[in-house]
Amino acid sequence: MTTSAAVGRTGPRARVAAFLHRHARVRLSLLLSAPLAWLGLAYLGALAALFVTAFWSTDTFTGDLVRTFTWANFHDLVTGDVYRTIALRSLGVAVAVTLIDLIIAFPMAFAMAKLASPRAQRWLVILVLTPLWASYLVKAYAWRVMLSSEGLLGWGYGLGATIATLSYLWLPYMILPIYAGLERLPNSLLDAAGDLGARGWRTFRTVVWPLSFPAVVAGSIFTFSLSLGDYITVKIVGGKSQLIGNVVYDNIGAANNLPFAAAVATVPVVIMLAYLAAVRRTGALENL
Amino acid sequence: MRSTSHRPVLLTRGLAVTAALALAALTACGGASTDGGAAAAPGQSGFNPPALKAATSVGAGEGQVNLVAWAGYAEDGSNDPKVDWVHPFEKATGCKVNTKVAGTSDEMVNLMKTGEYDAVSASGDASLRLIASGAAAPVNTDLVPNYKDVFDGLKLKPWNSVNGVAYGVPHGRGANLLMWRTDAVTPAPDSWGVVFDPASPYKGKVTAYDSPIYIADAALYLMSAKPELGIKNPYALDDAQFQAAVDLLKEQRQIVGEYWSDYTKEIQAFKGGDTVVGTTWQVIANLAKAEKAPVEVTLPKEGSTGWSDTWMVAADAKHPNCAYKWLDWIISPTANAQVAEWFGEAPANAKACEKTSDPSFCDTFHATDEEYFSKVRFWTTPIAQCLDGRADVKCKDYSEWTRAWTEIKG
Repeated sequence: MTTSAAVGRTGPRARVAAFLHRHARVRLSLLLSAPLAWLGLAYLGALAALFVTAFWSTDTFTGDLVRTFTWANFHDLVTGDVYRTIALRSLGVAVAVTLIDLIIAFPMAFAMAKLASPRAQRWLVILVLTPLWASYLVKAYAWRVMLSSEGLLGWGYGLGATIATLSYLWLPYMILPIYAGLERLPNSLLDAAGDLGARGWRTFRTVVWPLSFPAVVAGSIFTFSLSLGDYITVKIVGGKSQLIGNVVYDNIGAANNLPFAAAVATVPVVIMLAYLAAVRRTGALENL
Repeated sequence: MRSTSHRPVLLTRGLAVTAALALAALTACGGASTDGGAAAAPGQSGFNPPALKAATSVGAGEGQVNLVAWAGYAEDGSNDPKVDWVHPFEKATGCKVNTKVAGTSDEMVNLMKTGEYDAVSASGDASLRLIASGAAAPVNTDLVPNYKDVFDGLKLKPWNSVNGVAYGVPHGRGANLLMWRTDAVTPAPDSWGVVFDPASPYKGKVTAYDSPIYIADAALYLMSAKPELGIKNPYALDDAQFQAAVDLLKEQRQIVGEYWSDYTKEIQAFKGGDTVVGTTWQVIANLAKAEKAPVEVTLPKEGSTGWSDTWMVAADAKHPNCAYKWLDWIISPTANAQVAEWFGEAPANAKACEKTSDPSFCDTFHATDEEYFSKVRFWTTPIAQCLDGRADVKCKDYSEWTRAWTEIKG
């Protein structure tokens, strides 16, 4: 035991350890290199590949990629009325879903965080999470049955049905961040507002809302981006309507036109970047 | 996309076939126009395939065979212990079967290009691409004894042969039918007009197949509704003909309630009454009836579109003998009956009808009814060079069909 300890203290392992101990920056860079490589290559690399592909075209005979630069895909995308209509429709659906989820989720999260007993709180969180355990398809088809003209709701299929179904699907992603945000809000602030004479609405407007805004933004990023990329729900309950995701899917799956699909896929990326930039200006991202 | 329900094959296939078609069409079209322009054989694919020789004899098996297949085409009992025609083949021939299930025709084409596979079950859109790219070799049908029992209506067709040379053996076939709810649609329709009439009393309750290939259905209807357009083949449409079909579909969109692409969705829509009339497959009609939906199907007087798959052999197959043995096996009466029943399509082998577990199976799927299938225009990849033999105009290829389909749906 003594020999091994002695060897350990002078051996290569000990020297490396000592070196790392003295050089904090080297240690840090070694620690971060694996996750950064993952982020850079697998994630940003994939996005970059998407952009590059969008400037290529396909050989209509062999289906192979033609790797020469062309603006044709973006030209088609911008000049085609149908693509503008679809992009605006998708944006509208994403906004509607986010607003509906916000209106439902905020009171619910508030009740969970501030009104329920600690024991009830735990159960409520579990209940909110439960739907996430069921398959996405099962839930979408369940809505299809409910929305059918002989179903429980009987609204029929279409854009409204799509919005309702997506609102249901993404609701937990809105509730949980807001709940977490409100839980961190000290009760004493609410009491203080009351002591200073503020009624419910004023307390909400000047205390609760500003402090929980970053959490609302976090939730909205989930619901907004998830809705913007969805193409399955609209296939199941959307009747004859289509969204950006369907155009991407059709061009990959049916037409094998990867470059055009990539060009279409940049639309939601641009919308999300614009949304994040707008959110950043409000300062909400710093408080997340 | 893998299905887990008791009829796993269908959903997968529906999606896969659509996707495949689209892909294949896209690729096949462009190439043909560039290389094959000079020799447009009327009514044929209109391109010159690479000169490849078919096998002249089948020797002893190589011990294994690598297949690319649609889900449900090479069942070894793993989905349902009773559904197994792979193990009996292995026992009879000594060729171990390695199956790679492909989800789309494009995937099939790409897999075949790797050179690792010996045979493939290609749909009408992929087959032309495989032939044109030299991935598939001609098939010497004399070496496939069961080929003689295949229905004549499936032999040497534009999607499985070029210039009279067979490139594979037919696997089975099915038609895209008109289905309606008997309690809602009266009188019983006998024409596709019921789904294309802008003043339809069934507005909002009409369904259509969600794929660019559905443009061919509109073209087929226009063949009789507007003969002045001169459409001879619904997969060979010039600018004016294509525009007419697209306009018809845009008009149809006003009365469509939803487009369907998987069978569960359609069964449920018909069962619930949200859809009362539209295009379907025989197997969907059977399932809907089994669920007590009051539906009927017909092959309308204008005829219909349909699909037919082909088993092809790779040009550079490493196990050609086992591949030929598989081709013969899959169209043998017993195996062909099994695969047709499992998948829900009409078998290719006439003698398969005696081997089905349901004695009325072949009647239900009209397997022996050549007159029925003579009205069916099987899916073929639209290419720039007109498939109907016209040399003076360019036809719309599948990539243009796909763009148009997005526009039709708006």
